[in-house]
Amino acid sequence: MIKNTQQEYGSLSKVLHWLMAIIIFTLFGVGLWMVDLDYYSEWYKTAPHYHKSVGIVLASLLIFRIVWKLINPKVVSLETHAPYEKVAAKITHILLYCLLALIVTSGYLISTADDRAIEVFNWFEIPSLGAFINNQEDVAGDFHRWLAYSLIGLVVIHIIGALKHQFIDKDKTLNRML
Amino acid sequence: MKKVLFTLLAASSLALTANAAEYKIDNKGAHASINFKIQHLGYSWLTGRFNKFSGQFSYDAEKVNESKISINIDTTSIDSNHAERDKHLRSDDFLSADKFSTAKFVSTKITDKGDNKLEVVGDLTLHGKTQSITIDAQKIGEGKDPWGGYRAGFSGETVLKLKDFGIPEKLGPKSTEVYMQLHIEGIKQ
Repeated sequence: MIKNTQQEYGSLSKVLHWLMAIIIFTLFGVGLWMVDLDYYSEWYKTAPHYHKSVGIVLASLLIFRIVWKLINPKVVSLETHAPYEKVAAKITHILLYCLLALIVTSGYLISTADDRAIEVFNWFEIPSLGAFINNQEDVAGDFHRWLAYSLIGLVVIHIIGALKHQFIDKDKTLNRML
Repeated sequence: MKKVLFTLLAASSLALTANAAEYKIDNKGAHASINFKIQHLGYSWLTGRFNKFSGQFSYDAEKVNESKISINIDTTSIDSNHAERDKHLRSDDFLSADKFSTAKFVSTKITDKGDNKLEVVGDLTLHGKTQSITIDAQKIGEGKDPWGGYRAGFSGETVLKLKDFGIPEKLGPKSTEVYMQLHIEGIKQ
């Protein structure tokens, strides 16, 4: 089943979830690593290039995922979930989407602050919208960094929640995404 | 009549003993620039500038050795025509511009070298460190401007070692010195 039902996530939602999870962790790791690269490192130019290219892919996946979520039946929470768990899960999911949107936006605003376009895998370019504020690259850069830390913190909470359902509550919350 | 003469005499002698003229650097009209260049890998020059600064100088062509100049530079205004690079230059890898957002130059000794040449010695505070530097300067010209003001302009050059100011040398062995090129025009106050 490609589409979601009220009881289960469809295969497309599952693929999107795990694919984006892998991309997010990779981008976070590469991001941390690349900003401290030595000027003479062979990755000095290529790592940011791939980070930006994959970031644009992530942004496209995010947009597609939100659209896909909206046109699919809503998967309802398990009846065994406590009310506070339902609220906490809902808030976490919404925040995860918001943080992702803000992180890709702030990343875009760093690289395009001087009217330069973002090259995606030497394949096509995302044009710049120009600078909106003074020293935009610095402000956007601070946001990009701290939002990314926040996202990973939230992801850790998300994972702990999933593991709690799997091993403590022993319900099928995690299994529905596998 | 006597009284008038006396007043005139007093006024003219006052004018004669007045200090050298004070000039304000024309950053409003951007007739001044603080440019730099540094070698890229030893293969070419990378140039850039600081867009925001302010300062004043006093200068009298008859008493050049009494001249003074002081300038404050906003280090966050560094501009090398590449946003990602500027962000990096402002970071802790180079200028730490959030911590040391102002660089300051105050002259301590200005010497007339003749032929419109001047040697400007002063203290430069950059990246939290103060060092004495020497700027080889040249007077370009002075005189009335077409809009009722009076202007004087200079240019100067100096070389700064990154190490002297505690700025990490991260750009390779050929890129440890920054060449500063300064052009200032002042409006008489």
